[in-house]
Amino acid sequence: MVPVIELEGLGVRFWQRTILEDLRCTLSGRAIGLLGPNGAGKSTLINTLLGFYPVAAGTARVFGYDIRTQTRQIRSLTGYMPETDCFIAHMTAVSFVRMMAELSGLPSGAALERAHEVLFYVGLGEARYRKLGTYSLGMRQLAKLAQAIVHGPKLMILDEPTNGLDPPARQRMIRLIHEMRDSRQLQILLCSHLLRDVEETCDEVLILKAGRQVHYANLEEERRTNKRFLELETAGDDGDFAEAVESLGCECAVTSGKRMKVVLPQSFVMRDLYRLAEERNVQIRRMNYRRDSLEDIFLKAMENGNGRS
Amino acid sequence: MAVHKRSYRGYAGQLTPLWSRFSIVTRYAFKNVFQWKLLTAFFNACFLFPLLCAVGIYLNHNMRLLAMFGTRSFFSVDAGFFFHFLRVQGSLAFILTVLVGPGLVSPDLANSALPLYFCRPLSRAGYVAGKMLVLVTLLSLITWVPGLLLFVIQCSLTGAGWMGANLWLAAGIFLGAAIEILVFSVLALSLSAWIRRKLAAGAALLAVFFFGAGFAEAADAVLGTHKGAFLNLGRLIATVQAQLFRQPWRSPISGGGAWLALLAVSGFCLWLLARKVRAYEVVRG
Repeated sequence: MVPVIELEGLGVRFWQRTILEDLRCTLSGRAIGLLGPNGAGKSTLINTLLGFYPVAAGTARVFGYDIRTQTRQIRSLTGYMPETDCFIAHMTAVSFVRMMAELSGLPSGAALERAHEVLFYVGLGEARYRKLGTYSLGMRQLAKLAQAIVHGPKLMILDEPTNGLDPPARQRMIRLIHEMRDSRQLQILLCSHLLRDVEETCDEVLILKAGRQVHYANLEEERRTNKRFLELETAGDDGDFAEAVESLGCECAVTSGKRMKVVLPQSFVMRDLYRLAEERNVQIRRMNYRRDSLEDIFLKAMENGNGRS
Repeated sequence: MAVHKRSYRGYAGQLTPLWSRFSIVTRYAFKNVFQWKLLTAFFNACFLFPLLCAVGIYLNHNMRLLAMFGTRSFFSVDAGFFFHFLRVQGSLAFILTVLVGPGLVSPDLANSALPLYFCRPLSRAGYVAGKMLVLVTLLSLITWVPGLLLFVIQCSLTGAGWMGANLWLAAGIFLGAAIEILVFSVLALSLSAWIRRKLAAGAALLAVFFFGAGFAEAADAVLGTHKGAFLNLGRLIATVQAQLFRQPWRSPISGGGAWLALLAVSGFCLWLLARKVRAYEVVRG
C-alpha cells in the first residue's frame, strides 16, 4: 500500500528563517496526528504538502506524488480545512460548498447534490440557505469541514478543527472525524496542539518542535505496550508495604513516606493489593490508576526536544 | 443519497476537465455581480448609445429619408465616427469597471478564502483569469462587440467596396478596445487585491485615473516637461486609439510610447496581483 505521506529530508525556509528542517518520516495510518506547541511548524508542514510554500530542501510525497512537481494531483486527492476563518460571507452555505465541489471537478448537478448531502451530514442542513456571514463560529467550522469533504477526497487535512468550539460542538466535530475515519473511505491528517483531540482520533502521531521532528509514535502500539501505573497514598504503613507490593510482581518507587508509585505487571489483579493492605492494616487513602498517555509521550518528546526518535 | 442517511460517502462520479475549472470562478462571480440591480440597470443602459448609433447608420442609408431632408447623408461613418464611439463606450466601460472590479477579488481576500480555492486543482493564474474574464466579458460587450456590429451594419448597407477600403477600422475597433479593457481589468483587479475594501478599491481606481491626470498636469507645469503625460492613463489610452484610427490627437507622447506605457502599467499590475493572490502571505521578519 502506498504510504499517505513520506517526508524525505523536507525543509522549508522563509528568507533566512528556517521553519521546517530535515523532516524524515513515513506516515500511513488511517488518522495521523500532527502535534506540537504553537509555532512548531505544523501548519507550515500542511501548507507545504499542499504546495502553498516552496520547498527549500528535500521533498515529500503524498500518496506517492511529489509535492515539488505533482501539486495538482495532490490537490485533486485532498480536502483541506484551514485553521483560519475562511469563507465567502455573501454566499449561502449551499452555494459556497457547491462552488468548492465544482472547483474540485464535480459537474454542476452532482456538486449541488453533494453540497446538500454533506451539509446535512455535518449538521448544517437546516441552515444551508443562510449566508455564511451570519453563521456562528461553530457553524463556520462545520461549513469548512463540509467544503473539505464535498468532493470525496482520499486524504482530509484538518488544521486545528476544534479551534474556538464549545464542548458540545467539539464533541460533534470529534464524532464526525471518528465516523469518517471509520468509514475507511478516506485518511485523515489532523493537526492540533490539543492532545486530547489527537489522542481521541488518531492512530499515528508525529510531534514537531521548533520546525524539527522530535517524535514519531504509533499510538496503537504505544497503547498496547504502555505501562500501567498506580499512584498510592497510604496511612499506617510501617515501611514493609512497598516490599509486600513488590512481591506481587510490581515495581515500587516510594516518593515520600506515605506516597508511592507502583508500576503494574500485565498479570496484576487489584484485589491482591487490597488483600495486602488489609493483612498489614494499611489504609489506602488515595489511589490514582493511569497509563502512559499521549500527554506523557508528548512531554517526554518536548524534554528530549532536539533529538529525533 | 437521501438526506436522511447521514453517513459519510465518498464521490466516485465523473470529473470535469482541469482546463475548464477557471470558468467556475467566472460563473459564480457573474452571479454575484448581477445580484446588484443598479449595476444590471447601468449595464443595460450602456447599450443605448450603440443602439442609437445603429439606428443612425440605418437612417443614414435610408434613401427616402435622405431625399426628404435633401441631403446625401446625415453624418459620415468613418474612422472618426468609430473613434468617438469607442471614446464614449470607453467612458462607460470605466464606470462599469469601477462598479464591478473592486468586488471581484477583495471579498475573497477579506474573508481569507484564497486557501480554499488553491487547495483544489485551480492555479493562481486560473483564479485571476476567471475573475478577469468577468470584466473582459462585460467590457467587451459594451465596447468592441457593438463596435464591430456597427461596422458590420455599415458594411451590409454600403457594400463590399466600403468594407474592403475600411477593413483596418475593424482591427482598430478591436485593438483600441482590447488595450483599454486590459488596462482597466488588471488595474481594477490589482487594486481590489491590495485594498481589501470594496469601496476603498473603487475610490482608488477613480483616483488613479483622475488624480493621476491632475498630477501629470501639475508635474508638467512645475517641471516644464511633457513626461507627466505617462501618468495620465486616460490620455495614454486616447493616444493609442487615436493612432489606431489615424485621428489627429494632440499628445506629447508618440503612439508607440503610449502602447509601451500601457503595457508596462498592465505588467506592473499583474506583478502586484501575483504578489497578493496567494493561499497564504508570507510576512518577512
